[in-house]
Amino acid sequence: MTLLCLFLPFIAAAFAPLATRHLQHNAAWLLALAPAFSFVYFAGSLPEIAAGEVVTGGYAWVPSLNLSFSWFIDGLSLTFALLITGIGTLIVLYAGGYMKGHPQQGRFFSFILLFMGAMLGLVLSDSFLMLFVYWELTSITSFLLIGFDHQREAARRSALQALVITGGGGLFLLAGLIFLWNITGVTQLSLLVHMGDALRASPFYLATLLLVLGGCFTKSAQFPFHAWLPNAMEAPTPVSAYLHSATMVKAGVYLLMRLNPALGQTAAWEILLPFFGGITLIVGTFLSLRQTDLKLMLAYTTMASLGLLVMLTGFDSEHSVAAAVLYLVAHSLFKGALFMVAGIIDHEAGTRDATKLGGLAKAMPITFAAALLAALSMGGLPLFFGFLAKEEIYYALAAGDLRSILFTLVAIIGNGLMFAIAFAVGLKPFIGKAVKTPKHAHEGPVLLWLGPAVLALLGLTGGILSGVAHRFISTPMATAVKGVPTEVTISTIPHLGIALALSVVTVAFGVVVYLLIDRARALMVRVLDAIGPGPDKAFDAILAGLVRLSVCVTRITQPGRMEVYVTATFIILAATLLVPPILYGELPAMPAMPSDVLMHEWAFFGLALIGILAVLTAKNRLTAIAALGIQGFAVAVIFLLFGAPDLSFTQFMVETLSVVILALVMTRLRLAPSDHRPMGQMLLDGAIAIACGTGFALMLMKSTQNAFNNSLTDFFNAYSKVIAHGANVVNVIIVDFRGTDTLGEIAVVMITGLAILALIRIRAGGPLKPADNDPDRTGGHAR
Amino acid sequence: MEFVLACLVGAFFAAAIYLLLSRHTVRMLLGIAILGNAVNLLIFTGGRLTREVPPIIGSGLDTLTAGAANPLPQALILTAIVISFSFFAFLLVLTYRAFQELGTDDTDEMRLAEPKNDPLPPAGY
Repeated sequence: MTLLCLFLPFIAAAFAPLATRHLQHNAAWLLALAPAFSFVYFAGSLPEIAAGEVVTGGYAWVPSLNLSFSWFIDGLSLTFALLITGIGTLIVLYAGGYMKGHPQQGRFFSFILLFMGAMLGLVLSDSFLMLFVYWELTSITSFLLIGFDHQREAARRSALQALVITGGGGLFLLAGLIFLWNITGVTQLSLLVHMGDALRASPFYLATLLLVLGGCFTKSAQFPFHAWLPNAMEAPTPVSAYLHSATMVKAGVYLLMRLNPALGQTAAWEILLPFFGGITLIVGTFLSLRQTDLKLMLAYTTMASLGLLVMLTGFDSEHSVAAAVLYLVAHSLFKGALFMVAGIIDHEAGTRDATKLGGLAKAMPITFAAALLAALSMGGLPLFFGFLAKEEIYYALAAGDLRSILFTLVAIIGNGLMFAIAFAVGLKPFIGKAVKTPKHAHEGPVLLWLGPAVLALLGLTGGILSGVAHRFISTPMATAVKGVPTEVTISTIPHLGIALALSVVTVAFGVVVYLLIDRARALMVRVLDAIGPGPDKAFDAILAGLVRLSVCVTRITQPGRMEVYVTATFIILAATLLVPPILYGELPAMPAMPSDVLMHEWAFFGLALIGILAVLTAKNRLTAIAALGIQGFAVAVIFLLFGAPDLSFTQFMVETLSVVILALVMTRLRLAPSDHRPMGQMLLDGAIAIACGTGFALMLMKSTQNAFNNSLTDFFNAYSKVIAHGANVVNVIIVDFRGTDTLGEIAVVMITGLAILALIRIRAGGPLKPADNDPDRTGGHAR
Repeated sequence: MEFVLACLVGAFFAAAIYLLLSRHTVRMLLGIAILGNAVNLLIFTGGRLTREVPPIIGSGLDTLTAGAANPLPQALILTAIVISFSFFAFLLVLTYRAFQELGTDDTDEMRLAEPKNDPLPPAGY
């Protein structure tokens, strides 16, 4: 059943284009059934998980490598699964309204469902390999979705940037997972979490941690890898709401939480995570202040929220994990709702520029209600789920030591600014004087407002019924993250104390910023202009540099000159032949001047040498060709002298043919008479050639000085008469023992013949033109 | 004995490679022809040398007499000669046709696929 739920989104993705072709945007109702079904199934296992059990299952994949396709559901993965399928259901419906009438709506549904399947697989994976495959699959589907509107260059750039950053981070993660595997010997997360002591004691702990963080920080858009997240807002709004606020960007946080029992509680963990998380929180909120686009304002606060989550995950105080858990759930609910609201405003009013919107409340009452509820939760006001999270954050951070005070300050600034942004998005466009918008604003259809309304109401009910939420969601999840039973008890009734006091400070700060938001924005613009370009520009520069580098490397290694390739090949060959024997002392022994060579043998060796020398020094081609014949015939005689008459005859025939054909063909071409290499070139080529020749000669000497292994020869000798009934052993080997080989040889000859025939028969239809590689210019095809 | 032939094989290889390093396709073709002989002689010598007695089993005998040549390298070389001839013939025709089409036997001037100053791929996304 779990397996079915894992694959249900993929199945739905396969049918989405077909369904959309027949039902148009109403296919959303049908397609939403898939995630809804999974949601109900996962919700059904809530009591079981809340009782402390875990659901596992799977299949062995490569048992010898300890690889399996296995899943593992505990409080952490179940919460994520519910968020993915629950919000996923709403997003599919929302996309039905948002993309209504878009010619590629079916493809869009398909991509969204593919992503859903990948994300679900990621959080339910138990084995490392499965985790990694799904991890990269989310990057790829995110690439497809960001680049959905692929006719705009900005969308293409953003898609590529997201893929490069998150996919590159995935490679870090892969290396990290392999480290984890090598250190602990296990390939399953459920086993890994019990091996924290072994991991922390390992000398490779720091390397492993850095690699894993490389994966998590890129995925979860931590500073300075955050540039892709705001750019990903090029995607249609359902994507922003789903991938880039509620789910995918939380994959990094998920993994950190998952690995907290295994890798946490070390100095490195408790320094790196809060440090990067804190910086991301501050940078994100400040950057969001300067934006006027509703989606970009939300995107930067998403980045800030991710920073807050990372900071809390690594902070390690009594309440920090509970705070992270609560904030994660709250954030998914309110941020998903706010993104969808931004989409509705864009869709119905024709703009999402915050400075050009106002007074929409009357025209869009339901959207306004949803937006306000979500903003109240994001602002962390009492009764809402966001309030629980914020109270818990201050419980977690507030303490007397310097570190706590510092991070409390960071949290107050971050939360205060996020409060301001929440109302700048969720309240400001709806109140005040009605502003004329590009489209006449009115309430969207039910498909559009259903999602944000449900999510916003959940944020309220979750806060009011905090006991239930804690029992089924927060406590099991916190337990899974901490590795030991953890009870979450915070309630929405404010208690007097330090946390409440800090909340009040935060809200007061937020209200001030909200009221002065235009001035704050102008200030931020000036400050950021003064700072100059950020990581986004750096990405462009790096990519352009990479292209230039690859052009350079290609120009050097592939200059398009045959002689360079050939020279390089033979230099390598000479080195291969000469260097190892010299290094390992395997040079042949120097033999005495041979006395057993007879006079006529010397004569033919000499003839062969004269032949090749004549080929080299011939002043014109015909002489060279004739000289080629001399060395060929000399070789034929050598074969004859040493007991190989068959070879000799074949060689005679082949050499004769070669010389005749060569002479016939070459005399028909008007060629320059000989080869003119400059002196330096001649010396270089000669040196390479002599080195190679020496190498071959030495190799042959060495091998003939060793004992000869007779076994094959003895085999053919013993059986060619007895079994194959042939007296000429060479012939028997060719036609009998190695008959298939000979068949192959004949096939080669035949294919060569056909190829030659084809070459001769093709008549040129004019001089060849250079290939035209420019796809934009039509008509200029290479022949 | 093997020592002398090893030196001869070395000379064959050196000559073949020197010719292959030329820019002119006709010289490279000559190099290929010599390279084939060099490799055949290499295999032949590697199988050890014996004088004059071919590996043919005499009538009434079941195996070769002692001192007969090693048949295995001969079988391999026989195949190799034919294959290298096919290869040579194909390259010959290719060279011929290339000269007809392009009007040159200089590999440096055969730049149909990789023209000089080929423009860079477009920058951007």
